[in-house]
Amino acid sequence: MKIAVCAKVAPDTATPRITAKGDGSGIDTTGIKFVVSPYDLFAVTEGIVLKEQGKASAVHLFTVGGDSDVTVLRGGALALGAEDLTLVDDPALAEADSLAVARSLAAAIGQGEFGLVLCGKQAVDHDNVQVPAMLAELLGWPHVSLVDDLVIDGDGFTATRNVGGGVAEVVKGTLPAVVTCDKGLVEPRYAKLPDIMKAKQKKVHKKTLGDLGLSAADVAPAATYTAYGEPPPRPKGRMLEGDVAGMVDQLVDALRNEAKVL
Amino acid sequence: MSILVLCEHDGGTFKKTATELLGKATGLAGALGTTVSALVLGDAPAASLGAYGATKVFQVSGDFSSYDTDVAVAALRAGIDAAAPSAVLAPASFLGKDALPRVVAQLGTGQGTECTDLRVDGGQIVGRRPIYAGKAYCDVRVGKTPAVYTVRANSFAQPAAGGGSAEVVAVPFSAPTPRLTLVERKRPETTVVDLTEADRIVSGGRSVKSKESYDSLIRPLAAALGATPGASRACVDAGYAPHDHQVGQTGKVVNPSLYIACGISGAIQHLAGMRTSKVIVAINTDPGAPIFEHATYGLVSDIFETCPALTARIQALD
Ligand SMILES: Cc1cc2nc3c(=O)[nH]c(=O)nc-3n(C[C@H](O)[C@H](O)[C@H](O)COP(=O)(O)OP(=O)(O)OC[C@H]3O[C@@H](n4cnc5c(N)ncnc54)[C@H](O)[C@@H]3O)c2cc1C
Repeated sequence: MKIAVCAKVAPDTATPRITAKGDGSGIDTTGIKFVVSPYDLFAVTEGIVLKEQGKASAVHLFTVGGDSDVTVLRGGALALGAEDLTLVDDPALAEADSLAVARSLAAAIGQGEFGLVLCGKQAVDHDNVQVPAMLAELLGWPHVSLVDDLVIDGDGFTATRNVGGGVAEVVKGTLPAVVTCDKGLVEPRYAKLPDIMKAKQKKVHKKTLGDLGLSAADVAPAATYTAYGEPPPRPKGRMLEGDVAGMVDQLVDALRNEAKVL
Repeated sequence: MSILVLCEHDGGTFKKTATELLGKATGLAGALGTTVSALVLGDAPAASLGAYGATKVFQVSGDFSSYDTDVAVAALRAGIDAAAPSAVLAPASFLGKDALPRVVAQLGTGQGTECTDLRVDGGQIVGRRPIYAGKAYCDVRVGKTPAVYTVRANSFAQPAAGGGSAEVVAVPFSAPTPRLTLVERKRPETTVVDLTEADRIVSGGRSVKSKESYDSLIRPLAAALGATPGASRACVDAGYAPHDHQVGQTGKVVNPSLYIACGISGAIQHLAGMRTSKVIVAINTDPGAPIFEHATYGLVSDIFETCPALTARIQALD
């Protein structure tokens, strides 16, 4: 069974500030360090682990983006042991929304014979949580989201998903399927220098929309993003003073009478 | 072409997000000159939603007590087809994240995820939403019909109940055969409101030093406040609190009216999960801890002393 892993590149979560461009058309990427989006790194690592366990024959990476993303994915994902990377890059995707990305990925993944698609549960840039479920719908496959335990057994699988409220559900299904990876599924790996050097030889297949049988109209965005800016300002806070008993009294009074949340 | 609001319920009791969204939708519908409808899956007192502004309730018949993606997708689709709305508002819940994007893909439309504000602009609903874990915000506009928006819990005020009663439209539904089989459902020992929906949260950090102190400092304070206990990643990784308690970049994103951070430094990845909280209380021995820059009220003090004192003080309130 071959595994397809969808991975994208996003700002390092340790980036202290994200600022918008002056005209609000996007974020200012100057000086930002880009990494493999952390949940996607869980997906890549899980794919590699399944290959090591003999559950999968090969792991192929897919991304929608540009040349600068290839550099990050080479060192951060291909170097972990994936076979190759398919990059969907087309000027018509510049303003792509989630459905446009899902259509591009579905077309690219549909050209191979995959038993399992692994994705991160969400990307850490737009936090949209849309592409994997849309991709599954377009492929006509079931999907399981927020998975923190996955067992592959022949063409069957058992996955544990977090449905909220601390409730975990164990579900069984038959491959092919799309699985979205949550924290706890696998310890993410970071490539070592020799592997990063070796990854320079790995193949990157560039595809335009035309190569995938798609047109610009197929990826015309329904959702558009504008007016990028700062978070709404927080009212200025106040430090309480005195001994513990005094501060506790002031706090309860403030929560009741000033903030009115008690 | 009304605004359709997905009203989720727990065994027949509507969730707070249901009334919260109906209240907001009523305001938006007024500005757009349209009406509000509700979408309810399964057995719940649908007509009662009229008190919160719904004129019609599309009620999809069936048993949805056990969640299945395929069934939820088909049911949402049946309800949306019956209502033919111009916009759909839904909570950014598990269903809103797991099933709704598949419906959006079927309909070939777009979705604005986890908005914290909605407004009318140019005869259209526009969402404002946190991106990059709340470090920036942007507008999202869906230009196709229906325009789908999900909303983070506790983004809008709860409306007061009025006198209205809604017309209930039964949507006939035959569920597809699920492709996944549910083998087991593991419930947590205590049943508290999920962190993502909680209105009050008390979180503990690495500084609690043991599971025993987490249980004796954080949980009683949370219980006294009717709050959901949470934790930093350092606290979870050390085994003091379970994984599902983690707030932050790789944990839950929360939006309560009160968030009390006990012995948490306020690392950027923790802030990512709780920075939209309306009131933030920080208790920390280090006056230089970054959490204080975001706190509404700051206490430079020891949690081992402060948490029990605060718990006792809250318990003594009438
Ligand atoms: C990719 C990535 C993802 C991450 N995701 C998350 C996430 O989802 N959630 C998250 O929380 N973190 C996350 N982190 C980790 C984050 O960077 C911090 O390490 C973590 O939040 C620190 O937890 P803490 O505040 O409990 O511990 P510390 O940073 O060690 O802070 C402990 C604080 O307690 C104070 N203190 C000590 N003793 C006392 C006392 N007796 N009374 C009062 N105060 C006391 C100290 O002054 C200090 O400020 C992530 C990191 C990375 C790299």
